[in-house]
Amino acid sequence: MKRHIITVGILIGLVILVVVAVEVANVRLFVRIAINLCIMLVLVLGLQVFMGNSGILSFAHIGFMGVGAYTSAMLTIPLQMRGMALPDLYPVLANVLLSPYITIIMGGLVAAAVAAAISYPLMRLSDAAAVITSFALLVVLHTIMLHWSEVTNGPRTLFGIPKVTNLYLAATVAAVAIVAALAFKESRLGILVRATRDDEVAAAAMGANIPNLRWIAFIISALFAGIGGALWGHFITSFSPKAFYLKETFVILGMLVIGGPRTVTGAVFGVFIVTIAFEALRALEGMINQAQIFSEQVAGVTEIVLALAMIAVLVFRPGGLLTTREIGDMIVHGRNKRGEK
Amino acid sequence: MVGLIQFIIDFLSLGGAYALMALGLVIVYGILKLVNFAYGELIMVAGYTLYLVGGTGMPWIFMAIIAILMSVLFGILTDYVAFRPVRAKSVTAVLITSFAFSTLLQNGALLFISPRPRNIPLPDIFTETIEIAGVITPIRNLLTIATAVISLSLFTWLMRRTVIGIAMRAAATHFTMARMLGVPANLIITSAFAISGLLAGIVSMFWLGRIGAVTPGIGLEPLLIAFIATVIGGMRSLQGAVLGGFLLAFIDTGLNYTLPQDLLKFRDAFTFSLVILILLWRPEGLLKGPASGQRT
Repeated sequence: MKRHIITVGILIGLVILVVVAVEVANVRLFVRIAINLCIMLVLVLGLQVFMGNSGILSFAHIGFMGVGAYTSAMLTIPLQMRGMALPDLYPVLANVLLSPYITIIMGGLVAAAVAAAISYPLMRLSDAAAVITSFALLVVLHTIMLHWSEVTNGPRTLFGIPKVTNLYLAATVAAVAIVAALAFKESRLGILVRATRDDEVAAAAMGANIPNLRWIAFIISALFAGIGGALWGHFITSFSPKAFYLKETFVILGMLVIGGPRTVTGAVFGVFIVTIAFEALRALEGMINQAQIFSEQVAGVTEIVLALAMIAVLVFRPGGLLTTREIGDMIVHGRNKRGEK
Repeated sequence: MVGLIQFIIDFLSLGGAYALMALGLVIVYGILKLVNFAYGELIMVAGYTLYLVGGTGMPWIFMAIIAILMSVLFGILTDYVAFRPVRAKSVTAVLITSFAFSTLLQNGALLFISPRPRNIPLPDIFTETIEIAGVITPIRNLLTIATAVISLSLFTWLMRRTVIGIAMRAAATHFTMARMLGVPANLIITSAFAISGLLAGIVSMFWLGRIGAVTPGIGLEPLLIAFIATVIGGMRSLQGAVLGGFLLAFIDTGLNYTLPQDLLKFRDAFTFSLVILILLWRPEGLLKGPASGQRT
């Protein structure tokens, strides 16, 4: 138990550190980066819950983020703007206005419900077939977001979403996500899911109901994604379906893979490392563009570096930076070792 | 009658292109049991090569050959960068590296060329039309059909009659056993990637010929098409990929002719739901591949 408390303490400590540092520095750009980091934490931890514990790569995660963002947006856009932002919204929903704090949770629940409804049969598959179906699921969700104009305003930008996500809200949700991800991993359910990852046949022989276990992990993962998406929607205040597709999938996948998908610590560290690297590169890109060294705008450097980093990590350290042990385990283990001498 | 001929020409030319795309994806999958997410980018590479050599004033056919060779080269490069270093480790790792490689190529094009569409040189014959039995159709469509027929026959000959083809089929059936009998694994895998690049290069000429320009994101649609076609037809069977390509083209063309406009925009959602359903109902696809399949 002690090691889990240490892990949670250190990881939440990191988040608090970011909040304090940003408050002290009081620079607008840093506040934005910090909020973004906290939202990414929620999303990547959600992906870790499914992918890390079950060992199955999922591309659909960002799709559920979109479900959460649109659910929350649809119910919170002020009524006087509703007619402009969503002209074709169904009459039943047209006059419903809820507090964003409620709809953020609803966003998560709707995403989880969608996941629960469609994903059960998919959980029977593993390896390449599972990955292709999750990829197909992302395309289906994206196509629906792109064309269901009644709810999403089609491919056009949806605007007028109230800005409620501030640093404290995002940091609190991120802290809750850290605790929840670790609690899931160490729960009976989490241990069973991890057993199916390490040896499918043996786990099934011991009586683990594999599709069921993966299904529950997938639903919880979608819950995280929905909440993260709703938070993001109330932070960015206007977005289009383009925001929930392959590019974003690549970023959260990169964070998780570099940090180490099997550990919560790895997921958190991955988010921190990639965010810091991204912002540094983006600043560099901005400087190059400002100085007009090249005739055209420089774009895409950040993605290239992330892609190279991902390939390098998978070649040289396939389990990510933190492969199997949480930071608390490492500290407790290290101390015991020293005690023995 | 005129409508029917129109439909058949549309269907065959689309089906030929789809079948070649699917074949390029499945030849790698058959041996490695791994999906190459960077496959679509080979078409992008061929397109940008055409654009870059476009100013040289060479005859078009030479430019096309250079573009196809570049596509082959990048196919081999995919193997060396994304597959070989992690092949033995885990399925997930390879899927992620190939996804990363795809992003790498796309953003490379974004950075070094331009995010905006670039026009590619095309021969005049691509824009001309011809009248057959009262139907006006672009010559391009007929060229696509002819190329598909020639490529598919050559491919069949290669797989059935040559040593490398037989070795590749052996590797797809039982990789470990084939290696024990002296089939060099790395060579076979690299040749599969080269053939994959060749097919992507050939099909890219017609695919880009329809669009007339190339953008960094152009590879996504062919990748998705190849995905659907192989899943429908059978992930591990070469004949299945061809069948899947034609079937998908039939569904697409059929929906284009019959579905009302406001449902047509959901076509992708329909076809991808079909993919999920087929994988669930018949994970092997319509045609089963060789009996066994242990990955190294």
